[in-house]
Amino acid sequence: MLSLTALLIGVMVLSSCIGAVEISVPELLSILANRTGLSDVANFRPQQAAVLLNIRLPRVFLGVLIGAGLGISGAAIQGLFRNPLAEPGLIGISSGATLFAVLMIVLEVGVFKSLSGVMGFYALSLAAFTGACITTGIVYRLSVRNGKTVITTLLLSGIAINALAGAFTGLLTYMATDEQLRTITFWSLGSLGGASWATVTGLLPFILIPLAGLPFLAKSLNALALGDAEALHMGIDVIMIKRIIILLATMAVGASVAVAGIIGFIGLIVPHILRMTFTADHRLVVPGSAILGAALLSLADLVARTIVVPAELPIGILTALIGTPVFLYIIITERNKNKI
Amino acid sequence: MIIAHELSYHAGKKELLHRLSFEAKAGEMLAILGANGAGKSTLMKLLCREISPSHGHIIFRERNLQQYKLPELAKQRAVLSQQNTISISFIVTELVMMGRYPHFDQFPGERDIEVVRQVMEETGITALAGRDYNTLSGGEQQRVQLARVLAQIYDTPDACLFLDEPTNGLDLLYQQQMMELARRLANKGYCVICILHDINFASRFADKILMLKDGKKVAIGTPLEVINHENIYETFNIQVKLMECEGYDCPLVIPAMIQNNL
Repeated sequence: MLSLTALLIGVMVLSSCIGAVEISVPELLSILANRTGLSDVANFRPQQAAVLLNIRLPRVFLGVLIGAGLGISGAAIQGLFRNPLAEPGLIGISSGATLFAVLMIVLEVGVFKSLSGVMGFYALSLAAFTGACITTGIVYRLSVRNGKTVITTLLLSGIAINALAGAFTGLLTYMATDEQLRTITFWSLGSLGGASWATVTGLLPFILIPLAGLPFLAKSLNALALGDAEALHMGIDVIMIKRIIILLATMAVGASVAVAGIIGFIGLIVPHILRMTFTADHRLVVPGSAILGAALLSLADLVARTIVVPAELPIGILTALIGTPVFLYIIITERNKNKI
Repeated sequence: MIIAHELSYHAGKKELLHRLSFEAKAGEMLAILGANGAGKSTLMKLLCREISPSHGHIIFRERNLQQYKLPELAKQRAVLSQQNTISISFIVTELVMMGRYPHFDQFPGERDIEVVRQVMEETGITALAGRDYNTLSGGEQQRVQLARVLAQIYDTPDACLFLDEPTNGLDLLYQQQMMELARRLANKGYCVICILHDINFASRFADKILMLKDGKKVAIGTPLEVINHENIYETFNIQVKLMECEGYDCPLVIPAMIQNNL
């Protein structure tokens, strides 16, 4: 856990420093010390400070928040469905969030306008969260029979709901104006490019609540891994716990999608890396996934914005490029294990 | 210890259990016998509060079972199920430690670690401690699960232990070990309630046998009282031979050839 935190801090420092405007580590510390009033000395150029504080830091924090949110919800969802291949994207959370977010972008009139007026950046997050809740709720309902989640039904209904949400999203895209279209397309590829302190603070509660809550459910997730009945025999209110987990995971993923679009595979591979290298104990996997997810996404974002300078690669493409081979590797090892 | 009073259970229109009454005491082992679909598993689920009865009630330790809070109940009764597959790989000690979950908040105390060590010794799985559960054989997995279940009620010497076909899928030696362990636990003061398929195991190890047929009670009593041609035919619809065997009080049951069937 300590080494994971060290990794995260390292990545955060690294991505704060690297970019079009170079900032060295001493300069970074100097800027931070100067701005927080710890030191009067200014060993940096004003331009560096402006870039760091207004562009780079919000982006780093956004990456950390979203990575942590995706990682921890991935771990929770896999535990809940008792399946290491479950992922927020596969069971409809992301597509539901997308649908509602696009709905908000396209039907920007009326309710959403007034909603935005009152809640600003929270509005889109809230809409995405609502959408995510609806689709996840449907998929979950369909896949539970006699209190047990049937994995095949789960994946199939996930596919069906994804297709349906995708169709509606397509319909909305068809109706969209050119400007809206640009927003939708770029947003659906996933990007942290829109980072500002406003988006960071808008996202903060949606991530912090799951981050604070889910680690306390780690013991219950372990028990759930043995089966619903077994967890019940161990004194766990299974139905309540499941609802809370779905709610918290959907909250984090829904809000992340609203801010940064669909960033796949973080939620899938991060818990896996932890399980394969350390243990399957959710007391480590759940908080560990938050930290590792944050580190990985920040790193991916660093690569995404520096690899094709001066342009920027959408981060969703990058995580999918790295994530898909890992996903296949997992499937193959699972298959080989089952053969024995 | 546990008293079932006029228990009925309906699933849809079908009545799976019909007005069942019996009692099991602490220090006693009760075996439940019956053909497939006789309602054994349903009865077990009712007794460990996985489902609630349609009629009747269950008194567990002088209180209505439904009044218990789940964590409270978890310290007083544990259940060993038949199905023990896990899709996420846990290390054996982690899994046994899960039995202690009702006893600690976030991290196990010294007592929990000590209990886990003891139950692993008692069930003979100390050597498997660091293994991945999913790489174990069926018999080993069963013993790991048993260790977990024992850890859960280790501090309550008169707790209730439910075993659902504990010998299922085990070889001869493990079957015998499992039944002897269950017997020892009953002797220690646990109330052991056990679904069995093997009549001879039931008659050798149990203090009382409950025979079920289509959700109704055929007989209940000591093995000597209930193991006879009539009850077995009534329960299983098969003729048997009873053979006196040296060293056993109760006659061995051997199924007769089925004629004119099939």
